[in-house]
Amino acid sequence: MPLDATAIEFRAVSYGVNSRPIVSDVSLRIASGETLVLLGRSGSGKTTLLRLINRMLVPTRGEVVVDGVVTTAWDAIRLRRHIGYVIQEGGLFPHFTVAENVRLVPSLEGWERSRVQERVDSLLRLMSLDPAEYAARRPRELSGGQRQRVGVARALAADPPILLMDEPFGALDPVTRAELQGEFGALARRLGKTIVFVTHDVREALLLASRVALLVEGRIVALAAPDEFLKIAHPEVQAFAAALEPRAGGSP
Amino acid sequence: MTFWSFFADHRAEILAETLNHLALVAIAMVIAILIGVPLGMALVRRRALRAAALGIANVFQTIPSLALFGFLIPIPLIGGIGRRTAIVALVVYALLPILRNTYVGLAGVDPAVLEAAEAMGMTDRQILWRVRLPLSLSVILAGIRTATVITVGVATIAAAIGAGGLGSFIFRGVALVSNAVILAGAIPAALLALSADLALGWAERRLKVI
Repeated sequence: MPLDATAIEFRAVSYGVNSRPIVSDVSLRIASGETLVLLGRSGSGKTTLLRLINRMLVPTRGEVVVDGVVTTAWDAIRLRRHIGYVIQEGGLFPHFTVAENVRLVPSLEGWERSRVQERVDSLLRLMSLDPAEYAARRPRELSGGQRQRVGVARALAADPPILLMDEPFGALDPVTRAELQGEFGALARRLGKTIVFVTHDVREALLLASRVALLVEGRIVALAAPDEFLKIAHPEVQAFAAALEPRAGGSP
Repeated sequence: MTFWSFFADHRAEILAETLNHLALVAIAMVIAILIGVPLGMALVRRRALRAAALGIANVFQTIPSLALFGFLIPIPLIGGIGRRTAIVALVVYALLPILRNTYVGLAGVDPAVLEAAEAMGMTDRQILWRVRLPLSLSVILAGIRTATVITVGVATIAAAIGAGGLGSFIFRGVALVSNAVILAGAIPAALLALSADLALGWAERRLKVI
């Protein structure tokens, strides 16, 4: 995959609500096929950056470019179907079965029934869920980890080149979380998608990222590959590094 | 005259008025649903309309039912003596619970689910029909259930303006000071309300998505 091509670009982007800035002057190039992790405390503007990419939000200043086209020039519906989206707890539709959840976007896109069926089965297998056992279940009949797997399968359904993930593993117990992080890391490398991943867990960031961007009050204060990241002198980087120190009580 | 002998002597008449009563309620409910559900759907997206519509429906609900029937009689087109006026009054009463529950149900859908729907590229219309509406169906149905039970009761007053129904026995019984005649109207009305409540309650539980 060409790692030099730019999939997403923020050009001097600011976003505010009622003149209260949430994101300030962010410029960032995300290469095609990379996994960029947006790291930061709650309220640092990570999720807002994510939502600016698929035009759930529109910048108050500057512009976001996806595949060479400014988001405001994209048809919002087309843009979003071109981008997979995973949120905490999966955000699954509780009235749909697992299969209905996964096939939503391909169905909206008018894929043929047999092709949709095949796609759902192969995605469930990819996420280590046996279609025969899980396809007909409702989300409430799944564990948290299984729901999250279905959430990822749903996001991948129409084979979008870009995947946005908003703390997808945040609500899971530590053991399940570590399992899914490991599997997902391997999967991400294999699929070659451009992934923008939001988390407040520095361990997760270092594990999954090709680059980590650290956000403080809506600004990117550090941007580096995982092995370089902790060497940065910025106090917020050091605060996150301190959170990594093993301490009685286990994971953060 | 005991209740049973009156009941036995007037079987056919009681059955006819029960059917008449049922028809009044059914027609009024269909109209109230056709107005209330779409209006409730419109309120989700229109903040300005919300307070006004719920407020007006609330005010109508506070008018004593006998007075409302009276008020409607002199109004042209919808007024007069008879069924049409009665149905208009019943619709007015049934509207609030349906409108309110439709709005509350649609507005109460888990924001995370709506966010996912939007992020996946569903249009507003698809989100409404395929996500919001199915997920709030049981709440909407609860409103319809409340409205139906209210309407069965209020419809007994329709007899006062010549619309017939089980209220005819109740008004006649009051005039004759006969409990037997009153009960001939009141018992079937109560049974109708109970069965509507049970049937719609069952449907409501069936449609519930947790």
